[in-house]
Amino acid sequence: MVFKRKNKLFLIPALALLILTLTLSSCIYPDSGIPPIISVPASQLSGTITEAGSTTVQPLAEKLAAQFTKNNPKVTITIQGGGTAVGITSANDGTVDIGAASRELTASDPPLVKWLLARDGITVIVHPSNPLTGLTKTQVRDIFSGKITNWKDVGGADKKIDVVSREEGSGTRTAFQDLVMGKDASGKDINIVNSAIFQSSNGALKQVVLGDAGSIGYLSLGYLDSSVKALSIDGIVPTEANSKSGTYPIVRPLYFLTKSQPTGLVKAFINFCQSTEVQKIIADEGYVSVK
Amino acid sequence: MIKEIEHEAEIQNKRTVKRQSKARFLSDRIARYLVFIDGMVSFLILLAIAVFTAQEGLPLFSQVNIMSFLFSTEWRPTQGEFGILPMIIGSIYVTLLALFIAVPLGVACAIFLSEVAPLAVQRYFRPLVQLLVGIPSVVYGLVGMVIIVPFIREFGGSGYSVLAAAIVLMAMILPTIISISEDSLRAVPSAYKQGALALGATHWQTIWHLLIPVARSGIISAVIRGMGRAVGETMAMIMVIGNSVVIPLSPLSSARTLTGNIAVEIQYASGLHRNALFATGIVLFVLIIVLNSLAMLVLKRGEVVVER
Repeated sequence: MVFKRKNKLFLIPALALLILTLTLSSCIYPDSGIPPIISVPASQLSGTITEAGSTTVQPLAEKLAAQFTKNNPKVTITIQGGGTAVGITSANDGTVDIGAASRELTASDPPLVKWLLARDGITVIVHPSNPLTGLTKTQVRDIFSGKITNWKDVGGADKKIDVVSREEGSGTRTAFQDLVMGKDASGKDINIVNSAIFQSSNGALKQVVLGDAGSIGYLSLGYLDSSVKALSIDGIVPTEANSKSGTYPIVRPLYFLTKSQPTGLVKAFINFCQSTEVQKIIADEGYVSVK
Repeated sequence: MIKEIEHEAEIQNKRTVKRQSKARFLSDRIARYLVFIDGMVSFLILLAIAVFTAQEGLPLFSQVNIMSFLFSTEWRPTQGEFGILPMIIGSIYVTLLALFIAVPLGVACAIFLSEVAPLAVQRYFRPLVQLLVGIPSVVYGLVGMVIIVPFIREFGGSGYSVLAAAIVLMAMILPTIISISEDSLRAVPSAYKQGALALGATHWQTIWHLLIPVARSGIISAVIRGMGRAVGETMAMIMVIGNSVVIPLSPLSSARTLTGNIAVEIQYASGLHRNALFATGIVLFVLIIVLNSLAMLVLKRGEVVVER
């Protein structure tokens, strides 16, 4: 051992410094920086709400929760991820007060009460250096199913297409599968090709596309920023306005789910999330408001 | 004559052992029971994990044939197809490739550190190797994603490949192999080495023909430890291997490991899909047991006993 110190007294100031740093850092970090767009007198609501589920809904839920707790300082809201399936089962089991889902509920899902928060577009993204600006829905389907394998077949450079997708069971993937891939003439599902790269979150998928010039993937509109290039589908650009009007075709609902009709604090929070005032927050986050 | 003396010593030994087990002091007995309970707790935790995994995974086989689970190449849980052959091959391929690179490199480094390096170099290298063992795997994955994957992309494919995963794994198991191999090389009695050198062998001849064969069981156990870590590695694998559900035919092909299969999909899985992921866990358990047993067998067969 190179470091030899018989005198252990140096530990005391070292420990003091560590404690000092930890306490100071909690004071230095600013709060989430939301301008209070809704100024209501501090209410007397108190208690805790737990929410879990879709990772697409998660950033939105966090912003809504932060605003709600600003107006109601005695309330604590815990927002977790875990995915749409976790949201559905947790809400049904009663493990959380509110579950979040980023797709329509189907017959095989338990019967839960749905509260529409917003809509989310799914955009097809490519690396910024890709010369293309748009594709048709059929071309997107053929690329993701493995029929088209080179960019030159759709008007790009002579480069192999690297398909990137979300994993099985992801709400974003299920929506993409339903809205874009669809079924073939015999009614069988057209599947995303097996040799695609699979990542387990919107963020990770974006990272892969950012690093590979020949890649193509799909992303929740809420995660879209200027670092990747979003393609137009059948000539329609994926914007919030187009998704709201329904012109952009790849849109899915974002729901809060409760086991039964909510009361008290949970009801107040859900009413808040569905009110017209929060639509601005929803639009700022990149989602499609519903009012 | 020697046989008789040895026999007598054995009897004396047994008597002492017997006497010790009737520990007369209460504190002794309490200490023995506590240690026994501690040992049992570790064993029971392992058993509990195995039982829980089996409980969640076995229900799959009431709906899916076990042969088609293990040997089918189609993994589409949302459509009821559960075949994990690509993942089994992916795990084995990545582990073997990583070991192929790491074992020669690691053993060579161990020889260097124990026999060749000057003292000053040894003093700095050994703590450095210990440090590498402690780095979290997600950091290795990050470095792999940001540096190794783009580098491999130059050679073809998307960069997310078995080769990238093997390189990252190699970096992770190398410190384990080096430190255990080095310890077992140092444990060879110096009398052996001195004897060989005295008989006129060169330093390298001593290392190659004497030290390595004698330290062989230690080196193999180092490899087993490395292999165990390689098969169980999850986070770094998901980040660099691409997770495609294909059988990797070349090191540049993207693939998916058994561990990656579980981690990538467990968040969203429910029902039969969830059972299938736990069943993948059962397969992992079995794979590790098989690999370890195989390695133990090699250990037993190759044991070199030097007669005194």
